[in-house]
Amino acid sequence: MIRSSEELVKRYNETKGKILNRAGLETNGRKEVLVCGVAGCKSLKSDTLVERLREAISDNGLDIEVKETGCFGFCEKGPIVKVMPEDIFYSQVNPKDINEIVESHLVKGEVYKKKLYINPETKKAIETTKEIPFYKKQVKIALRNCGFINAESIDEYIGAGGYQALAKALEMTPQEVIEVIKESGLRGRGGGGFPTGIKWQFARNNESQTKYIICNADEGDPGAFMDRSILEGDPHSVIEAMAIGAYAIGANFGYVYVRAEYPQAVERLELAIEKAKREGLLGKDILATGFNFDLEIRLGAGAFVCGEETALIASIEGERGMPRTKPPFPASKGLWGAPTIINNVETFAVIPEIIKKGSEWFKGIGTKKSSGTKVFALVGKVKNTGLIEVPMGITLREIIYDIGGGMLKGRKFKAVLTGGPSGGCLTEEHLDEIVDFDRLKELGSMMGSGGMIVLDDKNCMVDIAKFYIDFMVEESCGKCVYCRIGTKRIYEILERITSGKGKPSDIDELEQLSQGVIDGSICGLGQTAPNPVLTTLRYFKDEYIEHIEDKRCSASVCKDLINEYIITDKCTGCTICAKNCPVECISGERKEKHTINNEECILCGDCFSRCPFDAIVTR
Amino acid sequence: MIKLAIREEQIKELKNKIKTHKEKPGPLMPSLHDAQKLIGCIPYEIQKMISKELNIPVAKINGVVTFYAQFSLEPKGENIIGVCLGTACYVKGAQAILDKIGSELKIKSNETTDDGKFTLEATRCIGACGLAPVMTVNEEVYGNLNVSKSVEALNKHKEGAIND
Repeated sequence: MIRSSEELVKRYNETKGKILNRAGLETNGRKEVLVCGVAGCKSLKSDTLVERLREAISDNGLDIEVKETGCFGFCEKGPIVKVMPEDIFYSQVNPKDINEIVESHLVKGEVYKKKLYINPETKKAIETTKEIPFYKKQVKIALRNCGFINAESIDEYIGAGGYQALAKALEMTPQEVIEVIKESGLRGRGGGGFPTGIKWQFARNNESQTKYIICNADEGDPGAFMDRSILEGDPHSVIEAMAIGAYAIGANFGYVYVRAEYPQAVERLELAIEKAKREGLLGKDILATGFNFDLEIRLGAGAFVCGEETALIASIEGERGMPRTKPPFPASKGLWGAPTIINNVETFAVIPEIIKKGSEWFKGIGTKKSSGTKVFALVGKVKNTGLIEVPMGITLREIIYDIGGGMLKGRKFKAVLTGGPSGGCLTEEHLDEIVDFDRLKELGSMMGSGGMIVLDDKNCMVDIAKFYIDFMVEESCGKCVYCRIGTKRIYEILERITSGKGKPSDIDELEQLSQGVIDGSICGLGQTAPNPVLTTLRYFKDEYIEHIEDKRCSASVCKDLINEYIITDKCTGCTICAKNCPVECISGERKEKHTINNEECILCGDCFSRCPFDAIVTR
Repeated sequence: MIKLAIREEQIKELKNKIKTHKEKPGPLMPSLHDAQKLIGCIPYEIQKMISKELNIPVAKINGVVTFYAQFSLEPKGENIIGVCLGTACYVKGAQAILDKIGSELKIKSNETTDDGKFTLEATRCIGACGLAPVMTVNEEVYGNLNVSKSVEALNKHKEGAIND
C-alpha cells in the first residue's frame, strides 16, 4: 500500500534503479531483454520468443530477466527483441534465432549481427534503436513508456516516475491543475482538437454532487491503433491522468469505455486498475489527501458512432448508442445527467507529463496553436509501417520519407489519408505542409485520431471514397435522415461510377448530396462523413471523370472496368506473379515472358499489384 | 441454419452474472456482453429472460441488441474467419482476400456455412495495421497476407475442422 506521497517517493527510490539502468542513465551492471508482447508482434508469436529466450538464458546458466513490454512502434520489423541497457535492436526475430542471440550477445557480449536492422539506404546494419532513421525524428511523450516498461508491473511504472504527477496535482488546488492544462495548450487528441483545459473548466464550474470522468477508448477509426498501444503498453498513465482530471473537475468516479475488439488492452487495463486499487492509488483517501476516486471499465460493442461523446454516454447508460443534440454539452449534462468529461486515451496519456514538467515545457514542443506531439499510425504503402509520435508542425514529407522510409517497392506517392473516414486525402503538392490541427483542416482534411494511410498509384481514389462511405453507411446510427439515407445515396452513385455506369451529372449530385449530409446531421459522424468524397473530388476530379467518361480506372482497382490482365514485353520472367496466382492461371518459363490464361483468371489483381516491373496492364 | 441448444447451467450462470451487474448503474450492456459470451448469441428467449431480470421492456433490449454489431441474434459457426477491412488492409488488397475466402467457402460475408463449421466476417480494424492485410481465424492472426496465403491458412483450419 502507498498511503502518502512520502511512501510514493520511497517506492520510487526502491524501484527506480532498474528503470534508470534500462535507460542507460545509471548502471547496476545487469542486462535485460525486452520483447514486444502486443499487437503485430504478438500476432507473429512473440510469446514463443519470450519462452525460448527464458529457456536459452537458463540453459546458459545466466540470470537475465526477459520482459514483455508494449509496442516499440516499428511494427513492420516485428517481432522485435531489444537488449538493454545498450539498446540493441533485433528485428524480425524467429524462435530459431534465439539460441544465437543468447549465446553471442548475452554469453559472449558480442552483438549478433545477423538480426540487426539494415538501413535500406546505406545497406549497413544499425545496432542501437536511436540510430534507426524510423526513430530519429520522433519525440515520445504519450508513448514514453510504451515498449520500455513492463505494462503489467505497477512498480515499473512507479520506477519510471509514475503517479508523481498525481501526487503533485493533489498538492495543488483543482483550479491550479486546470490552469496548467489550459496554459499548456493541450487539445483533444481524439479528433476534435478542443482545448482540454477549457473543457475541464466547464465541468468544474458546473456545481453538482456527482460528476464523472470518462476515457474514450472506443478507437473506431479503421487504420489507427494508438489507443490500443497505449492501453496495452502503459495503462497506468491513463489511470493516473484520469485521477488527476477527476480531482480537477470534482469527480469521484470514472469509466474507461473500450472497444471490445481489443481484448488484450482490456485485460491489461483491468489488471492495472486492480493493482492501482491494491496500492491505494485508486479508492478512498488517495495519498492521504481525502480525495476519493474509483474506476470501472465498460465495453463497447462494435458501433463506430459510440466514439461520439453523447452516443458513448448513451451506450454506458444501456441505450442504443445514438448521439443527441448539443448543447447541453456533457460537461454540463452528461452521464446520468451529471457533468461529465470525456477525453481520449492519448490526451490522458500526456497529462501526467504536463503536470510534472509544466505547461511551458509542453508549449515548447509543436506549433503555436497545436502544442505537443501527436501519435500517428503510419500504414499503407510506405516501407516502415508502425506507430510513431512526432512533434506537431512536422511536415508530411518528413513523416512519409524520413520516418516512413519512402514508398514501398519504389512506387509513386499518390495521396495520404488522414483523419480516417471523417478526414480526407492530401496529395503530392501538400507534402511540405506542416501537420497540425488547423492546417490539416484548412486543406480539407483533419487530424482525426491519427490514422495516416499512404497510397500509391495502384490505389483508386474513387474506390477509396466508396470504401469510406460504405463504412459510414454501415455505421450511421440512423437518427438523422440525411446521414442515414444521404450516405447511402452517395454510396450508390459511387458504386455506379466504379462499375462503369456513371453519368456526367453524378459529380454535381455528389457535391450537393455531400453538402446536404454535412448540414443535415447533428453529430460529428454525419457532419464529416462526406469529407473523403469531397476531398477526393477536390484533388482527384480527373479520376472521377476518367471513370465516368472513359469507363477506365487507371489504377486498375475497379474490377468492372477491367476486362482482362495482360502481360507486356516488360516482363522479365521473374515468376513472382505465377508463384502467387491463387488460381494458377499464369504460366511461363523462368526468365521468359509469362502469359495469363484469361479464361481462368478471376481478376483478383494480385499479379498486377505484385509485379515489380509494371509489366502487367489491364484492358 | 445451426440449431441452438441452450443448457440450464448457462442460463443459471448468466442469471448470476446479471445479479452482480444489477448492483451497479447501467447494467444492460454488461449483461448483454455476458450473454453473447456465454451463449454465443442473444436470441429472443434470452432477451426475454434479461428483460425480466433487469425489469427493462424487451422491446428496448431488442433495440439495443440489434444496434451493436458485436451482438448477434443467431449462433455463429464453430470457426470464425475475420478478414480485416480496415483502411490499411483495404488499400493493401483485403477485398480480394475476402472475395476469395467467400468463394472457397461458398458463402458471403456475415454468413455461415451449411455445416456450421465456418462463419465469414468482414471485420473492422483489429489494430494490426502494421501487418496489413490481416485475417483472423478464431484467435489466430495471419498477417502480411495475399490471396494465396489466405487460402493456405483457410485450408489449415479446414483440415482441423475435419479432424475434429
